[in-house]
Amino acid sequence: MKYVDAAQVQKKMNGRILKNNILKTLFLAATLFGLVILAILIIRVLLQGASWINLDFLTGKLSTSADRAGIMGAILGTFWLMVVVIPVTLFLGVGTAIYLELYARKGKFQSFVQTNIANLAGVPSIVYGILGMTLFVRALDFGNIVLAGGLTMSLLVLPIIIVAAQEAVRAVPQDLSAASYGMGATKWQTVKNIILPAALPGILTGSILSLSRAIGETAPLVVIGIPALLIPFPGGIMDKFTVLPMQIYYWTLDSSLVAEYANLAAATIIVLLVLLFLLNATAIIIRNKFQKRY
Amino acid sequence: MASNSKIDDQDDLKIQEMIAQKKNGRNLSRFTERIIPVLLFLIASVSILTTIGIIYTLLTETIEFFKRVPIADFFTGTILKPLSQNPEFGVLPLINGTIISSVIAMLVAGPIGIMTAVYLSEYASDRIRRTLKPLLEILAGIPTIVYGFFAFTFVTPIIREIFPTVEATNILSPGLVMGVMIIPMIASLSEDAMTSVPNSMREGALALGATKLEVAFRVVIPAALSGIIASFVLGVSRAIGETMIVTIASGSSKNFTFDITQSMQTMTAYIVEVSGGEAPAGSTIYYSLYAVAFTLFIFTLLMNLLARYVSRKFREEY
Repeated sequence: MKYVDAAQVQKKMNGRILKNNILKTLFLAATLFGLVILAILIIRVLLQGASWINLDFLTGKLSTSADRAGIMGAILGTFWLMVVVIPVTLFLGVGTAIYLELYARKGKFQSFVQTNIANLAGVPSIVYGILGMTLFVRALDFGNIVLAGGLTMSLLVLPIIIVAAQEAVRAVPQDLSAASYGMGATKWQTVKNIILPAALPGILTGSILSLSRAIGETAPLVVIGIPALLIPFPGGIMDKFTVLPMQIYYWTLDSSLVAEYANLAAATIIVLLVLLFLLNATAIIIRNKFQKRY
Repeated sequence: MASNSKIDDQDDLKIQEMIAQKKNGRNLSRFTERIIPVLLFLIASVSILTTIGIIYTLLTETIEFFKRVPIADFFTGTILKPLSQNPEFGVLPLINGTIISSVIAMLVAGPIGIMTAVYLSEYASDRIRRTLKPLLEILAGIPTIVYGFFAFTFVTPIIREIFPTVEATNILSPGLVMGVMIIPMIASLSEDAMTSVPNSMREGALALGATKLEVAFRVVIPAALSGIIASFVLGVSRAIGETMIVTIASGSSKNFTFDITQSMQTMTAYIVEVSGGEAPAGSTIYYSLYAVAFTLFIFTLLMNLLARYVSRKFREEY
């Protein structure tokens, strides 16, 4: 008795292999689809905005007339926002990570905090905006200044930096801290002198990534209420401000009224993307250069 | 003897001094050791306070809203006219807009995301994967405002070129662009689920004469299904919470319709419109902001919990 009909198998085989090859090409095409859109997006923005970028645009004040408009105010606003976000997120993020990884007893509370952080990461950014508006702008009566926006953004990106810092702390091998304890060091001395320096590259990488999220985020600031046209440059964290994404938003909205505004928006997008690119490149360099493999 | 004891006395004194100093230092360090955990605990509780803050603000103001607008009218009303003389606050147009834009986005991101994941995890060589993955991650790192600009000034005009009846602001274009934005998320989460399927299972199937395609669809995908479904749910959650793309490209008409060529407003876009309009604190419109935000918050929270439940409950352990 024959178990395998060779001719039958042969016939089916060709079809199966053909199907495999066709779908493989389709899957590759699907993979490239996203990248093609990315390329189109970047080329489109460059074509539309690159010719509008010059020194006057980068250093000028906002203006209703498209020819004279500049984005120095938005660049400074983004800068001051970072001045708030960086120390706040580093302090809160690293502190939380150290607590969860090294101090908290494994148990209900720790897993509750962990679940809570995961849930916070999934809360839409606009909801943080409402929290910021209610708490910082109105209840604490800061008004729509850099500090209010920065604190809102800090809460928004906090889950990202906590998770990154936790991973960095966890990646520090036990031997190092065991050796430190063996030398008679206390827990805090070990954390401060051994664990934190070893985890620093990972923490910095996570910090930069969360920072780039904060820089590109628009929705919370719209809710907080950033004015569309603000002439004086912000000089500190207690000043009113605008940021690059807000400027892109207003110019895009108004591009149906004044066509040139679309080009200004594109030019601002280029500046924003270059900024984000530089930040991410820094993160990658830090990761590759300083990350020790134990 | 006498001189010896004198020296001893001096030494004793010094030693006692040293001990005292040491004790002081130790007290200080003991103090640090005790205070640091408390400090760290306080820092860690900021994240819990954030959650409490969000729920508290949303809840109190939402309750205030429901004192003015009956809760049944809010959840069953198909008309949203917050600014009219006789304002009506039906949330259904917003929920409708949110669901339609999310469905469009998932129709793009779902199939393409999973095909990308299959390609990266089953077909691509190591080198190709290591080149393509970071490139795809760029897509995820682009600020949503840029996608909004892209949808409004590029995708919509193209759609209108092909179908002239489409309005200048419509739900189709932001839905499609949102889909592109979500592709990397679904692709990367699904791929993680697929690569964690052990190779021995693939090899078993291949040894039986299966093609790679058959391995992917009959072995890998079923085994990784929980992770793939979780990635879809997270994608939906992301689409529901997305704000800037729909705000810019879908306009602010509060239509209750299923016609995707029309302008519709999502919950997020309503929040932007109302808060940007500087609704006076204490007005019903102002409180409606919180009611809508609370609805949105519940929607995304349920999605996130569902994703976690699916990936925990149905995970196949190997």
